[in-house]
Amino acid sequence: MLEVRSLSKTFFPGTPNEVRALCDVGLTLADGCFAAIIGTNGSGKSTLLNAVAGTFQPDAGTLSLAGHAITGWPEHRRASLVGRVFQNPFAGTAAEMSIAENIVLATRRGQPRGLGFALSRQVRNELADRIRTLKMGLEDRLENPIGTLSGGQRQALTLLMATWLRPKLLLLDEHTAALDPKSAAQVAVLTKEIVTREKLTTLMVTHSMQQAVQLPDRIIMMHRGRIVEDYEGERRSRVRTDDLMHAFDRMRRRDLFDATVASTILPQLGAPHPCQ
Amino acid sequence: MTLIIGAFTIGFILSLLALGMLISFRIQRYCDITVDGSITLGAATTAVLLVHGWPPWAATLAACVAGALAGTTTGLLHTKFRVQELLAGILTMTALYSINLRVMGRSNVPLLDVPTLADGPERLLRHLTGGAESVNVAGWAVPTRDLAMLLTVFVAVACIALVLRCFLLTHLGTIIRASGENPQMARAQGADDKRMLVFGLAVSNGLVALAGAMLAQYQGFADVQMGIGMMVWGLASIIIGEALTGKCSPGLAIAGAIMGTILFRLLIAIALRWGLDPNDLKLVTAAFVFAALVLPQWFGSFGRRILGGRHHA
Repeated sequence: MLEVRSLSKTFFPGTPNEVRALCDVGLTLADGCFAAIIGTNGSGKSTLLNAVAGTFQPDAGTLSLAGHAITGWPEHRRASLVGRVFQNPFAGTAAEMSIAENIVLATRRGQPRGLGFALSRQVRNELADRIRTLKMGLEDRLENPIGTLSGGQRQALTLLMATWLRPKLLLLDEHTAALDPKSAAQVAVLTKEIVTREKLTTLMVTHSMQQAVQLPDRIIMMHRGRIVEDYEGERRSRVRTDDLMHAFDRMRRRDLFDATVASTILPQLGAPHPCQ
Repeated sequence: MTLIIGAFTIGFILSLLALGMLISFRIQRYCDITVDGSITLGAATTAVLLVHGWPPWAATLAACVAGALAGTTTGLLHTKFRVQELLAGILTMTALYSINLRVMGRSNVPLLDVPTLADGPERLLRHLTGGAESVNVAGWAVPTRDLAMLLTVFVAVACIALVLRCFLLTHLGTIIRASGENPQMARAQGADDKRMLVFGLAVSNGLVALAGAMLAQYQGFADVQMGIGMMVWGLASIIIGEALTGKCSPGLAIAGAIMGTILFRLLIAIALRWGLDPNDLKLVTAAFVFAALVLPQWFGSFGRRILGGRHHA
C-alpha cells in the first residue's frame, strides 16, 4: 500500500520562475490497485511520480510504501520496493550492453550484487524463457546490444525488467508516449497483462485519455499541483473519455475566470494582486 | 632489438595506464585528469619507499593504494561537493604536484642499486641460463636484465587484465558498467551511481599509479614532471585499441587497450628512429588524438547518410 500524506514541493522558491508543483497532495493506493494520473501539462503528475520514486526530496509531507517510511530514502534505496518505466525508451536500459546483461541487472534490483559471474548458461536460459513471453523474438538475440532494438522493444524489456522481481509499487511515467501508435498499443496491452497477472500496485502517468479509460482501476486527475478528481469504484466504471474531457474543460474555464477576476475585479476592490 | 624490447616493456607498463583510463573514460564516461598526477604519485611513492629499503612488492602495492586514494579524492570532490567533473580532476592533479614533491623531498629520486620487482625473475633467468649476462633471442643478444623486466611486466599485466575482465563480468562489474552508461537506469535498479563512480575512479587511479610504480623501477628514477601528458598518451592507446578490437565486450576492450598501447609505443619508437625530435612527441600525440576523435565524426555523419545507421549521442 502506498500512502502519500500532504506532500508539497516548490521548485525555484523565491525566484520569478517559482513553480508550486505539488500543493498538499494526499493519496492512498490500496494493494493491487492500478491507478492512472491524468492532467494538463504542468499539473504536477510527473512530479508526484518522481516524488514517490525519490528523484527529489519534498518540502513537506510524508511517503510510506508497504509499511516502510520512505520519505528520507534516496532514489536507489527505494528501488528495492519500486519498479520504474520511463517516458524515454532509452532511459531504462544501457544501450551498449547486451540484452542479457541489461536484464540480469534487473534480477538483482535493490539487492546486494556481489562478485559472482553475472551470466552463466543456466541464467541465460532462464532469461530467455521469460523473454519468450513477450513474443517479440528477442530471446534469440540475448547477446545483441540493446541499443540495436526499436523503442517499443526496449520499452517492453524495461517493463519486464521493472517487474522481474515483483515490486511493491510499479511506476509508469507516460511509458507509451514516445512510441509509435502500434508499439504504444502493444506496450499498453503488455502492461495490462503483467499488472493483472501479478496483481501489482501501479501508478501510471498518461496523456492518453483512451489509455486512462481502458487500463486502470482508478483515475486521478491533477491540476496545478492538486488532485482535483478521483474516479474510483462505481464512479470509475461509468466514466467515459468524454467525461474526462469535460472535466478538463471545466478546469480550463475556472482558470480563465480566476485570471480575469485577478486582473480586473480585485484591483477595483483595492485588494492586492494575488501574484505579488 | 633493444628498441623493440624497450617498446614492448614500456608498452606493457603503460597499458596499465590505458586499462585504468579505460575504466574512467570509457566505462564510467568520466573525463578524469587526475591521471597526470596519480602516475607520478605512484612513481614517487615507490621510489621513496624503495630507497628507504622496503621490499619492491610492498612499495609497488603502496603506490597502488596511494593512487586509489587520489582517485577517491577526485570522486568525492565530484559527488559529495558537486565540483564539476573536469575541475575535480584538475584540483586533485594540481594538489598532487605539491604532494609528489613532498613525498620525494626533491624533484627527482634516482633508483640506483635498490632492489626492483624484476630482481626475482632476473635471478631465475640467470639460474636457467647458467649466469649469462645476455640471452640469445632470435639471433640477438638481449641483456638478461631487460628480458627479466619484460617478463615481469608481461606477467603483471596479464594477471591484472584477466582479473579486470572477470570483475567486469560479475554482478558488481555489470552494474558499474551500466551506471557509467546510464546512471538513471542504474539508480532504478537500486545502485548508488555516485558510490560506483568513486569506486571506479579509485580502481582506475590505483592502476595508473601501478603503471607509475613500474615505470619508475624500469627507468631507474622518479621525476615530478614525468606525468605531464600521460593522459593523452593513455587516450591515444585506448583509441588505437578500439580501432583494433572494437568495444563490444569488456574482454575485447581490455585486450584492445593493451595491444593499442604496445602498437602506439612501437610507432613512437619507429618515429624517433626516423628522426622525430623527441620535443615534438607530445604535439604529435595530441594531433593524433585530435584526428582520432574528429575523423570518425566526419566519416560517421557521412557514413550515416549512406547506411542510415543509428547514432547514440
